[in-house]
Amino acid sequence: MKTCLFCGKELEVGKVHHESSECKDKISEVNNYLEKDDRITVGVATCGLAAGAKKSLDVLRSSKLSMPVDEVGCSGMCFNEPIVSVRIAGKTFIYGEATEDKIRNIIKTIKDGTRHDDCFIGEKLEDIEFFKKQKRVLMSNCGLVSPLVVEHYIAREGYKGLMHAVELDSGEIIAEIKKSGLRGRGGAGFPTHMKWDIFSKSSGEKYLVVNGDEGDPGAFMNRTLIESDPFRILEGFTIASRATGAKKGIIYTRAEYPLAVETLEKAISICEENNLLGKDILGIKGFDFDVEVKTGAGAFVCGEETSLMKSVEGKRGHPMPRPPYPAQKGILGHPTNINNVETYAHVANVLRYGSSFYEKIGVEKNHGTKAICLAGKVLRAGVAEVPLGITLREVVYDIGGGLKNGKKFKAVQLGGPSGGCIPEQFLDTTLDFDSVPKLGAIMGSGGVIVLDEDDSMVDVARFFLTFTTSESCGKCVPCREGTKRMLEIVDRVSKGMGQHHEIELLKRLAKVVQDSSLCGLGKSAPNPVLTTLKYFGKEYEEALGQKKPNTFMITDRCIGCGLCKRNCPVKAISGTPKAKHHIDQETCVHCGKCHKVCPVNAIDIL
Amino acid sequence: MFKKKRCKVKFRKEKPTVKLVINGMEILAYQDETIFQAAERNCINIPHFCYHPRLKVVGACRMCVVEVEGRRNLEASCSTPVKEGQVVYTHSERVIEARRTILELLLANHDLNCPTCKKNLNCKLQEYSTDLMIDEISYVGEMRHNPKDHSSVSIQRDPDKCILCGRCVRVCGDVQTVHAIGQVNRGFYMNVEPPFKHELSESSCINCGQCVVNCPVGALTEHSSIHEFIKELVDKSKTKKHFVVQVAPSIRATLGELFGMPAGTPVTGKLVTALREVGFDMVFDTDLAADITIVEEATEFVKRLKNNDNLPMITTCCPAWIKFGEQFFIDELEHMSSCRSPQAILASLVRTYYAEKKGVDADDIVLVDIMPCTAKKYEIQRPEFAGDVDYVLTTVELAKLIKQFNIDFEDLPDSEFDNPLGISSGAGAIFGRSGGVMEAALRTAADFLTGKDLKKVEYEKVRGLETLKEAEINIAGHKIKVAAVQTLGEARKIMDDIRAGKSPYHFIEIMACYGGCIGGGGQPPLKDDDVLVERAGALNKQDVKMKYRKSHKNPAVLEIYKEYVGEFGGEKAHKLLHTKYSKKDYI
Repeated sequence: MKTCLFCGKELEVGKVHHESSECKDKISEVNNYLEKDDRITVGVATCGLAAGAKKSLDVLRSSKLSMPVDEVGCSGMCFNEPIVSVRIAGKTFIYGEATEDKIRNIIKTIKDGTRHDDCFIGEKLEDIEFFKKQKRVLMSNCGLVSPLVVEHYIAREGYKGLMHAVELDSGEIIAEIKKSGLRGRGGAGFPTHMKWDIFSKSSGEKYLVVNGDEGDPGAFMNRTLIESDPFRILEGFTIASRATGAKKGIIYTRAEYPLAVETLEKAISICEENNLLGKDILGIKGFDFDVEVKTGAGAFVCGEETSLMKSVEGKRGHPMPRPPYPAQKGILGHPTNINNVETYAHVANVLRYGSSFYEKIGVEKNHGTKAICLAGKVLRAGVAEVPLGITLREVVYDIGGGLKNGKKFKAVQLGGPSGGCIPEQFLDTTLDFDSVPKLGAIMGSGGVIVLDEDDSMVDVARFFLTFTTSESCGKCVPCREGTKRMLEIVDRVSKGMGQHHEIELLKRLAKVVQDSSLCGLGKSAPNPVLTTLKYFGKEYEEALGQKKPNTFMITDRCIGCGLCKRNCPVKAISGTPKAKHHIDQETCVHCGKCHKVCPVNAIDIL
Repeated sequence: MFKKKRCKVKFRKEKPTVKLVINGMEILAYQDETIFQAAERNCINIPHFCYHPRLKVVGACRMCVVEVEGRRNLEASCSTPVKEGQVVYTHSERVIEARRTILELLLANHDLNCPTCKKNLNCKLQEYSTDLMIDEISYVGEMRHNPKDHSSVSIQRDPDKCILCGRCVRVCGDVQTVHAIGQVNRGFYMNVEPPFKHELSESSCINCGQCVVNCPVGALTEHSSIHEFIKELVDKSKTKKHFVVQVAPSIRATLGELFGMPAGTPVTGKLVTALREVGFDMVFDTDLAADITIVEEATEFVKRLKNNDNLPMITTCCPAWIKFGEQFFIDELEHMSSCRSPQAILASLVRTYYAEKKGVDADDIVLVDIMPCTAKKYEIQRPEFAGDVDYVLTTVELAKLIKQFNIDFEDLPDSEFDNPLGISSGAGAIFGRSGGVMEAALRTAADFLTGKDLKKVEYEKVRGLETLKEAEINIAGHKIKVAAVQTLGEARKIMDDIRAGKSPYHFIEIMACYGGCIGGGGQPPLKDDDVLVERAGALNKQDVKMKYRKSHKNPAVLEIYKEYVGEFGGEKAHKLLHTKYSKKDYI
């Protein structure tokens, strides 16, 4: 922007507002508007909309109330959606589950100036149990600001990080990131400064990429952040451009997030109009950064960085061996740096508050906060922001409120399909990049799914295997064939049709798939199976031989061709050519192969 | 522990090297090499399906995984660079377990009716399963099924035998830039097929057969004509047909490999004898027709050069290249020489000149071509050639035919080709390798332009395995720039330049297959590129030994023109020996 959005005067190079009292007053006004003035907000991010927030919004808007009714994002309280917050004369009432039918009653209380007790959940977020153990630095704007009003963002210290970054050179910015100890939030936890360091040293055309594919089932923190506070991500992204010299940016977002895609595109437009993206950012000659949104097409594997780059090029999303690493040779052969949505948002924070601020949060080698998605059999499911190093117990019981319906805790599944199941005895493990892998799981992108006594762990393994099998790209043998065969075994076991030797087979196969797959999808697909086998092996044992499996009998229709005998994987069939063959029921594993290959349909299923 | 072995190739110490340990043995490797390459050079064999030295490394099959000390998982040796001090195990317990599992997984999803498969006993999946002693397939379940595609006259697709190594896709897409087949669907259901469920015959496939030659299993094979041919052959006495066969230049340098002979063993004499034993009445030499091609093309070239018309001129012996041009460069077709390919020339002469001379009805002749390529099966069906040829058998098919008649090839005595279509020159012999057509053409064109019998016959600059070879030759005041191109990816670059009007050449030879016809789609699969060098060497050695080194000196050729065809490039020559090209559609 050439002119300040607050006071209207021309801006200095490298600034988004003035230090004048006039500007400061105008900014205060905005902050008052957000925090003190009469105002009603309705959370219309995807989760809110799914719960009926649009209808609530429409009713409020048509009621001709005296205060403004704003659309805001999601504070993470998904279990309570739609969230409507009402502030009258300095008093705030946060209402949960404020669906259309309840709104009319709420409106009555607004007109009276009273509180509607039925839906009331608190006067401020800090009062609500869900938020008490959280540390909100990433999500401090979520649910408060109008996501696409950039003045709101700037008024709440937005772009302070970028303004600081343009005073530093590339090495200094990266040094700040290093000091903060920021590690990638996409799952691998790789030190961000190392990636940027290598990348910034390359010359010529290069690309910066935001990985917004968020493919884990049950993970929606990136979505929440994009829909509720898009400018923070863009600010971090722009800081990355400044630090590394990349002039082209791509935000790769999954197509299943239409609202997030729309929000990003609008936010980018607004930034371009205000010199926060595009040419000569903040009036600095030569500081160009062109950002575009590219949508995925429904492939979990495209969250893996080499597949992502192929997808960006319009090709089939097959992972490629590394080296070459993206920082050496990426999109269209140019150096490329890929970081998660959350990582870039943290970058904005690090440059805004300084690296020492981050150093103070978290535990050793794991600094800062992490957005997690709490889901499953907890009382309170949603997006929470926690300091790294918080225990799983605190997450499940303090934030999540413990188990629903008075059930007993059984396990917590971390890291989605790449992660593992952790049983009760490890609930005091800290949630961070280094402690979780010791248990055979990974923190991953931050999904935390709570399971209770009614959940079958074999079914959980099967669920995740079904996912990875269908999402496998098909390129490498261990993943393409191996996950399918693992799924078939687990499926048979869960249906009570498994055999004892298949558990050993499953373990062996899982180890090879983990050991020899090409990419992270294949390497981590066996994790749910291996952790459930390790900690809940008894459930597998119990599942074997629960239901009576199909019995196969060779009838007189048999022509003695021997195809069944040759195809039997356990050599249970005997017989001489042209004579009726016989299945040894003790050895038979009930796989049904003989029935499938018999050319004359001579085998009956009993 | 393995005993110390000697390096296969001499090590050039000028390039920076690193020291690593493989299987307890200290190895010196180039800094930019992969573990696989370093191992290979030291005779440490690592099983692999998807790796190919000339194709992009994709790390798909995971058979080549090795254990690297300090790394958590196994690493694919084809894509892992060597490092100073690295410690590698290529056959540890963990590695063998992984390889066995991969094989079992592949076998669990494979058509196991091996005796009925064309690649039986010649299949990498069989080879490794035997080597690793797979005695049971532990994994049972769903199997992938995709319909067979036998629509093409050149290549057959059997997707249920595919192990999805992706070599065919890479060769068709990256090397040939045709992209007739690709990977579709995801995960377990991934398949290699032409786009939009079309059959191969409708696709942009140009029939070069490089996919066939690179397929480690039986998923892609040549369309076999043996059965139909044999039916006709065994009815010989009843039908009184006259069986004629012609043999392409490169066959004599490659057939021996299929009978256990080292690469580059010339087997011309045995080949002719074998064909007679099979039952052919006349065995002709396509090399003679190659000479005629040269005589016609050189005449054409001299004319174009003098009139500066439609230059550069491009050779047209390769039907895969022709279809490529007819699909992707229809506005540049006038650059192609109008002269037919050698086999088409000989076929035309068999049905006219030979039939008349012999006093046989042209329709009573059964003409079979022994060709190095699958594209020739397509070429004979082109309407311009009006069914001159009845069958094309590739080198691989010929070996099977010989075996079917239980002929002991190695013990056969030598014989000569039959006249009048049996005598050839050295120029005709070298047609089988890349640069050969160009060299042959230059020998004749130089004489035509200067009006002299020049001593120079060797043009080394167009020889070798570079995909683009250039030379500038001064003849009779003309500075002639020539190029010999192999692989269609390289041809595309040349054609793009022609299209943009910035091609510097006057005369270009294009061969679709790397190495030329010696590396064709119907040839025995290559163990490595050294085999191509040996095969080309055999043809060059043959050339040097021949009485006539130039096509226009071949007395048999001159006789044919004198007796029948008339003038070089004359009206009758155009009618019998030239052809037309037209746009070809594809999906």
